[in-house]
Amino acid sequence: MANVLQTSFLPSTSSLRRPSISGSKGKSQSLQVKAKIREIFMPALSSTMTEGKIVSWMKSEGDKLSKGESVVVVESDKADMDVESFHEGFLAAIMVEEGGVAPVGSAIALLAETEDEIAEAKTKSQSSSNSTPQVVEEKPKQIEEAAPDVPAAAAAPSVPVAEAVTLGSAVHPASEGGKRIVASPYAKKLAKELKVDLGTVVGSGPLGRIVAKDVEAAAVAVPVAASPAKPDPVAPGIELGTVVPFTTMQGAVSRNMVESLSVPTFRVGYTITTNALDALYKKIKSKGVTMTALLAKATALALVQHPVVNSCCRDGNSFTYNSSINIAVAVAIDGGLITPVLQDADKVDIYTLSRKWKELVDKARAKQLQPHEYNTGTFTLSNLGMFGVDRFDAILPPGTGAIMAVGASQPSVVASMDGRIGMKNQMQVNVTADHRVIYGADLAAFLQTLAKIVEDPKDLTF
Amino acid sequence: MHSICFQATGVPGSNYIFDSCSPALAISKPINLRFCGLRKEAFGFSGLTHSSSGRVHFSSRGHSKKVSASAESNGSPPKSFDYDLIIIGAGVGGHGAALHAVEKGLKTAIIEGDVVGGTCVNRGCVPSKALLAVSGKMRELQSEHHMKALGLQVSAAGYDRQGVADHANNLASKIQSNLTNSMKALGVDILTGVGTIVGPQKVKYGKVGFPDNIVTAKNIIIATGSVPFVPKGIEVDGKTVITSDHALKLESVPDWIAIVGSGYIGLEFSDVYTALGSEVTFIEALDQLMPGFDPEIGKLAQRVLINPRKIDYHTGVFATKITPAKDGKPVIIELIDAKTKEPKDTLEVDAALIATGRAPFTNGLGLENVNVVTQRGFVPVDERLRVIDTNGNLVPHLYCIGDANGKMMLAHAASAQGISVVEQVTGQGHVLNHLSIPAACFTHPEISMVGLTEPQAREKAQKEGFEVGVAKTSFKANTKALAENEGEGLAKLIYRPDNGEILGVHIFGLHAADLIHEASNAIALGTRIQDIKFAVHAHPTLSEVLDELFKSAKVKAAASSHGPVSEPVAV
Repeated sequence: MANVLQTSFLPSTSSLRRPSISGSKGKSQSLQVKAKIREIFMPALSSTMTEGKIVSWMKSEGDKLSKGESVVVVESDKADMDVESFHEGFLAAIMVEEGGVAPVGSAIALLAETEDEIAEAKTKSQSSSNSTPQVVEEKPKQIEEAAPDVPAAAAAPSVPVAEAVTLGSAVHPASEGGKRIVASPYAKKLAKELKVDLGTVVGSGPLGRIVAKDVEAAAVAVPVAASPAKPDPVAPGIELGTVVPFTTMQGAVSRNMVESLSVPTFRVGYTITTNALDALYKKIKSKGVTMTALLAKATALALVQHPVVNSCCRDGNSFTYNSSINIAVAVAIDGGLITPVLQDADKVDIYTLSRKWKELVDKARAKQLQPHEYNTGTFTLSNLGMFGVDRFDAILPPGTGAIMAVGASQPSVVASMDGRIGMKNQMQVNVTADHRVIYGADLAAFLQTLAKIVEDPKDLTF
Repeated sequence: MHSICFQATGVPGSNYIFDSCSPALAISKPINLRFCGLRKEAFGFSGLTHSSSGRVHFSSRGHSKKVSASAESNGSPPKSFDYDLIIIGAGVGGHGAALHAVEKGLKTAIIEGDVVGGTCVNRGCVPSKALLAVSGKMRELQSEHHMKALGLQVSAAGYDRQGVADHANNLASKIQSNLTNSMKALGVDILTGVGTIVGPQKVKYGKVGFPDNIVTAKNIIIATGSVPFVPKGIEVDGKTVITSDHALKLESVPDWIAIVGSGYIGLEFSDVYTALGSEVTFIEALDQLMPGFDPEIGKLAQRVLINPRKIDYHTGVFATKITPAKDGKPVIIELIDAKTKEPKDTLEVDAALIATGRAPFTNGLGLENVNVVTQRGFVPVDERLRVIDTNGNLVPHLYCIGDANGKMMLAHAASAQGISVVEQVTGQGHVLNHLSIPAACFTHPEISMVGLTEPQAREKAQKEGFEVGVAKTSFKANTKALAENEGEGLAKLIYRPDNGEILGVHIFGLHAADLIHEASNAIALGTRIQDIKFAVHAHPTLSEVLDELFKSAKVKAAASSHGPVSEPVAV
């Protein structure tokens, strides 16, 4: 009975052997003239496999292969498997040595049809490190699930195992001099995955240790540093009809945005008259004060009176009341978004705050922000007023309690309580908050306070 | 109750066994502890065994030992003993021996200076299983992918550390009282205090500050077990640098814990800690993680249990110095290269768990009074667990079981050894086949094994000139495993194609620890693959993994005609 109900995987006595290589026969016809040398590709042995390690070559260069014969043992993320040749021929050139790692779909060896072509194949394998030779595509058959869009063009970079291992464990020989990097195991793993150089990451963990969130933040902040060889991929011209993968930063934004869906948010809006604020701004603009700093300051002062709006919900079971009020302000930079943080915005005076803001923006543009400068925000401001946007709605960044979307301040006709009609500058703000910790009344009270501060801004300058 | 008359028959009985045993020992292969003989077949009782002399290997350490002293002690005036059997140490080994002794009608006492249950119940297998049960559930609940695949929705799983710790502690207390009650109910005297051997067949025990009591017994079993081994240079403070004793109390869940040693204990704790949110760094002196496991299983286990988790590792290094956290400094671990002895690295972590194995607990046992010297702390014994003195002679009526003899440091091995000793002293020739004792590591998924690893089997095969066959099957082929969405796993059978003997079975996968017994029982009973492959397994169950394994083995020998079901049975 067991056998009848068996799934496709059958035990075998010798190994977990599966026929792994098959060819696309159609193509070999059209390219028959050149179809003497074939590439053997790194097969996808599981649905999650992205690269494979060559455990051992069962044949050496020059050996004759018959169809179905095992050529190589490949270690995937799941198991070691024998890879069999789909064609007859001679193993002409091994392009990835034992212990080497190659991405799925990249060539790991060349198969010559006749003995005479071995030499030719060998030259080909040497040149193929730069360009992929025009040979018959021999795509390995997928075992479990097809992974159709394997970029077969990539030549196999032979990464020695040793390197991979040291990367994983980030060994730093001398401990003296404080020059070594202390990073938690998961931080190291993430750094490898996100291609973040731990040397450039500032740790925020105990005793300055680099922890996972530092690496995640660094991946967002320094997408360029992560791949120094490549020029900035964000070019002015966008090629239409193409699919462009996310940069690391865009990937991180994407993850954060999806993660935000797990937070029950709600929104409360408020219209604030800004005449007094505008007047103040005009007065102290010459001293280098920016509107962003003024808004951040006003928000921070309002938060002092409503600590719950500065709180967040970490575990779904508790309020985390943050000890400082750090106003993160969303800034668009090339191909992404970052939130430099004005720390202790309630305590720092408006002039210092403005200088700090300028410094942060410069650093953000240069992609030199340190993690604590962009991931320690407790409340976020997003201002699209400069584009003339009068109102919008922001997504709550995970790990914080609230974000305020600020629209443009525009002259409006306002009816006042005393029955007159007048012209006032008004802006609309709209706060998105995590309803697990911040309730409607909290936001309402906070906005009322904020409006009072903005409408009577003398406290902003102390 | 336990009559004197039984003692009287006991004396010549045991003598008879020893003497008749010697020739058997003499034919044995020298120094071959792997085949410490089998079962009871040498002395009759051939029920299920297809006794073929080839499998009956008795071994001894180099040469056979005569019980030279036994004659004298038996010759001394027949005094009456307080007990037939005294067991020093009420761990799982002592408990197993005591229960069996009572069954055999022996008047039995057990001496315990600490708590009944020993390491396993109080500081080992039992509380760790409680923690692992929690970690398994946490893992499941946290695995969004897994839950989604089953169509389940779970909001963020969390835990209360104290609640988890209490579960472990409550379980230990419960098992401890079960053990105590079971012995009391059977009439085993539990003597409280530290037991010391003062002479042949004589033990004193007592608490500190109280006068010692001296008791005599026909036979004495040492079952004092072991304590965590802490290499020198490592300072254990019980808070940030800890052993399994402390870790099982789960007083904290550090952000980052280094685990020194990647054997069973280290692996299980890495499973617990990572499930509870810690990050783990393994420090392993050998070049590869999980030494001692079959290499193929170890490799697969590493892919599943180490690589995808928040774990990194340093292999080929010794931790020469570990300083606990103090004055705001973290735990500092100094590593040197295991081969070159050059300083290699310094780690700064929140805590370090020392899981470098266990050291026998044999100090103060009074072994000098019977002229026995321990070897690295272990009590030297022969394959029948009889204690050997400095001159290489057997000490009469003195046995040592469990971790204290170091043969196989597993709770159930100790218990089996205890039972084996009781069999011997009650006149049954019995030698325990250590190769039939299974072992398990309760990670998620579990690892289990019995018998030889593939390299061991190949080495033996080369020496003895037989072929080795290997059969493997995946949990992916098992309906029940797939129903549980736990298809990750491998079972591996190492066997002799010529006669169908099972040399070893290794399982990595869902409930591997429970699955191994079909194989270990087959080894213990000498069942061959060609026979067991006809045994029926309920469908769909995980046990079909083993069914597949047996069926996929290519055995040349035909099924034995005298199988247990050769006659048709009407139903």
